[in-house]
Amino acid sequence: MDIGAAKMIGAGLAVIALLGVGIGIGNIFSTLISAIARNPEAKKDVFGVAMLGFALTEAVALFALLISFLILFN
Amino acid sequence: MHSPLHQFEIEEIFPFSIGGIDLPFTNAALYMALSALAITLMVMLSGRSIEKPGILQIFVEKIFGFIHNLVDENIGPTGQKYIPLVFSLFTFILFGNLFGMIPYAYTFTSQIILTFALALVVFILITVIGFIKHGFHFFSYFMPPGAPIFMAPLLIVIEIISFLSRPVSLSIRLFANMMAGHTMLKVFSMFTISLGVFGFSTIIATSVLIGFEFMIAFLQAYVFSVLTCLYLRDVIELH
Repeated sequence: MDIGAAKMIGAGLAVIALLGVGIGIGNIFSTLISAIARNPEAKKDVFGVAMLGFALTEAVALFALLISFLILFN
Repeated sequence: MHSPLHQFEIEEIFPFSIGGIDLPFTNAALYMALSALAITLMVMLSGRSIEKPGILQIFVEKIFGFIHNLVDENIGPTGQKYIPLVFSLFTFILFGNLFGMIPYAYTFTSQIILTFALALVVFILITVIGFIKHGFHFFSYFMPPGAPIFMAPLLIVIEIISFLSRPVSLSIRLFANMMAGHTMLKVFSMFTISLGVFGFSTIIATSVLIGFEFMIAFLQAYVFSVLTCLYLRDVIELH
C-alpha cells in the first residue's frame, strides 16, 4: 500500500470517535428537552449546564478531527 | 494553494536576539499585544457614570456581571477575590478567539504553548492556594472521604493522575477547538473551488460554520473560566 492511501485510511479511522460524540451530544440534548418539558421553570438553570456539557463533549470530537487533519495535511 | 495548516505558521516581524537566544516579535505576539491592549483600553475608557452609561460601559459591565455571577455560583461568596483572575483569563481568551475570526488575522489561541502557559498558571495557582489554605492537610485531597481504606493505593494514584492531567486537558481543549475549527473553515472553503458550479452550496455551509465558530469562540472562553472556578473551589473547600 502506498503512503498516500494509508494516510487517507488513517484519517478516516481517526474520526471513528465521532460515533461516541454523536451519542453523547444526543444524550445531552434529549435529557435537556425532557428536563425542560417536565419543569419549564428550570430552563434558565439547566441550559447553562447543558451548554457546558455540550462544549466538553464537542471538544472530544474536535480532538479526533484535529488528529485526522494533522494526518491529512502534514 | 496553501495547505489549511498554513494559517498557523508563525512569522517573524522584528528579528531580535539576546546572547544567542532568539526573541523575535512574531505575528502571534502582535495579536496577543493587540488583544491585551484592546481589553485594557476597553476597560479604562468605559467610564463610570451612573446616570448616563455609554455603550462601552454597558458592555464592560455586562461582561463583569457575567464573570461575577460565574464566580459567585461556582466558588461561593469567598471567591470574590478571584474575580480579577477569572475576568482577565476570560477576556483574554475571548478576544484571542474573536480576533482570530477576522479574515487574515492570526488566532493565537491555536498555539498549544500559549494555552498550556495559561493552564499552567491556573494549575500552579490552585496548588499554591491549596497549600496556603490547608498546609500539609492538602494531601488529603487525593483520598476521597468515605472510601474504604484498602482501596487507598488505587484511589490515590487515580486522583493524583487526574489532578496532574488538569492543565493538559484544559490547554488541549482550547487549542484543539480553535485549531480544528479554523482548519475546518479552510477545508470547506477549498471545497468551494473544487466543486465548481456547485460551490455555492459549500459557501452556505461555510457561512453557517462561521456563525458556529463565533459560538465556539465564546463557549471555549466560558468553559475555560468555569473549569478554573471549579478547580479553585475544589482546593478551597477540599471535598
